[in-house]
Amino acid sequence: MTATASATTIFAPADTRMASLRAIYIIWYRDILRYWRDRWRLVASLAQPLLFLIVFGSGLGSALGRGTVFGAAGGFSYIQFVFPGIVGMAILFSAIFGAMSIVWDREFGFLKEVLVAPIDRSAVAIGKALGSTTQAMIQGLILLVLAPLVGVKLSFLTIAEVIPLAALLAFGLSSFGVALASMMKSLQGFQVVMNFLMMPMFFLSGALFPLTNLPGWMTVLTRLDPASYGIDPLRRVVLSDSGRPSALVERFGLTINGQVLAIPLEAGIVLAFGAVMLGIAVVMFQRRD
Amino acid sequence: MSNAEPVIQASGLVKRYGQVEAVRGIDLAVGHGEIFGFLGPNGAGKSTTISILCTLLTPSAGSAKVAGIDVVQDPARVRQRIGLVFQDPSLDDVLTGRENLEFHAWLYGVPTSERRKRIDEMLALLQLTDRARSQVRTYSGGMKRRLEIARGMLHQPQILFLDEPTLGLDPQTRQSIWTHLNELRDTKGITIFMTTHYMDEAEYCDRIAIIDRGKIVALGTPDELKAMVGGDVVTITSSKSDDAAAEIERLLGVTPVRDNGSLRMEVPDAKVFVPRLVRDLTAPVDTVTLRRPSLDDVFLKLTGHAIRDEEAGTKDQMRAMASRWMGRRR
Repeated sequence: MTATASATTIFAPADTRMASLRAIYIIWYRDILRYWRDRWRLVASLAQPLLFLIVFGSGLGSALGRGTVFGAAGGFSYIQFVFPGIVGMAILFSAIFGAMSIVWDREFGFLKEVLVAPIDRSAVAIGKALGSTTQAMIQGLILLVLAPLVGVKLSFLTIAEVIPLAALLAFGLSSFGVALASMMKSLQGFQVVMNFLMMPMFFLSGALFPLTNLPGWMTVLTRLDPASYGIDPLRRVVLSDSGRPSALVERFGLTINGQVLAIPLEAGIVLAFGAVMLGIAVVMFQRRD
Repeated sequence: MSNAEPVIQASGLVKRYGQVEAVRGIDLAVGHGEIFGFLGPNGAGKSTTISILCTLLTPSAGSAKVAGIDVVQDPARVRQRIGLVFQDPSLDDVLTGRENLEFHAWLYGVPTSERRKRIDEMLALLQLTDRARSQVRTYSGGMKRRLEIARGMLHQPQILFLDEPTLGLDPQTRQSIWTHLNELRDTKGITIFMTTHYMDEAEYCDRIAIIDRGKIVALGTPDELKAMVGGDVVTITSSKSDDAAAEIERLLGVTPVRDNGSLRMEVPDAKVFVPRLVRDLTAPVDTVTLRRPSLDDVFLKLTGHAIRDEEAGTKDQMRAMASRWMGRRR
């Protein structure tokens, strides 16, 4: 047969950096599109933090109200204390879940479409990490609207401070999720990650109780939990608007050797953790099976 | 084929998984604008071979060039020039058809100015325009397949690879997929390389390679391959089939093959053979059927011989039985 004058134009990958940026963008965009379309997931993922806030906040709050840490003597009620922790929890869960959707993509075949594309595979890891960072951030920020209900006032300045901190926490944990997902070939490992990583990370993060005066072994574990360094600054910033003396807020602050860590240092730790995890994910994705 | 330079060229391809050799030395050359079919039973090495050509697997030995580019040396450039339709679906079914195409266009760097035009064109060509705004999860199996073909064509590849593109589709849908593939070949001048285990489908191809246990056992146009079977296929049933078989061999010089109680033989010209058969045989002949050879016959003949020659193990025999049975079902 005669060769129909080749209508095939070839696009030389002239600028591979542009190509990678494009790929990161579209992978991120797909995640946001899916997130937006899957409203039920959105509602469901807010239900859990709400439940925690109401049950823990009210239930534990009334039990702890008369203690020295919370209530009038402590300057903050338990529900005020736990509120930023629940915001952190929402970010933790949706960041890791969001990133682990790669495992679903692998299971249902879509990942193949991405992996065979003529793009640098690091774009897949980065795009996915940024996608779930965005989702987790939105998820956490939505919860901030509940602040008045628990008697926490938020100024615009505070919100402006919360946004980058929430983004950092979301980024660190999303990268962690992508790194985990890059090592998992099937959905079977998912439950394991849930029970043996996510739940301990949540419980040890200081979301539910102050990380002070703990038994030695637990002090060590809480300081090894990357989420601790993300939730603590969130709490300090959110509670700083309460009009109470800052010394009261600092009392909850995360300490190492009795020293309260500065917020920029904590932010740096979360960022570094995220960068290392993302690096691992990139390396794992670049392996050709 | 008009263009001298082959679009796909493989020599001595081998793929080992530990002790198992899935592909055991494959050589082939596919010309520009050809529809080339890779035919064989499940586990014959079709998917492994196509995966090597698409740069998804690296060969253990041998080399291959696709669009003139070495698949091991420069997989990224190969991928830019090929379109892929996988055996298993790889669409995002939360996104709409159009969004799936947009995703692909971005990923492959289709210029912004052309993106919309090309997506519209592909949707129209594969008759998906009116459903483009629906989520893919509402699509039928055939529509999903068409969308995957549209997607594979979006970055204007020189070659479209399809791994079992019609698997699990009903006959009518399969037919329509074939109409679309032919149209693409004719209007876009692309080369199509596909695998299938449906014998009847292989007939749509310009050339076919029959693969069995990791090796190509025959390669040619459907007519050439059919010519490998003696001419016509005559099948008889007889209440005394042992006697009939002996007589056919002695009087007519043809060795019949026993096939589920009937006797089947390949003869150069059935018009002459059948009257002789009926006249000469003393054993009763209950039914006579004759037909032109199909690729089923070719396949049976080729792989059947191989199996008998080397005293195959039970697993191979079971496989042969399975493929025979599958061949007959239609």
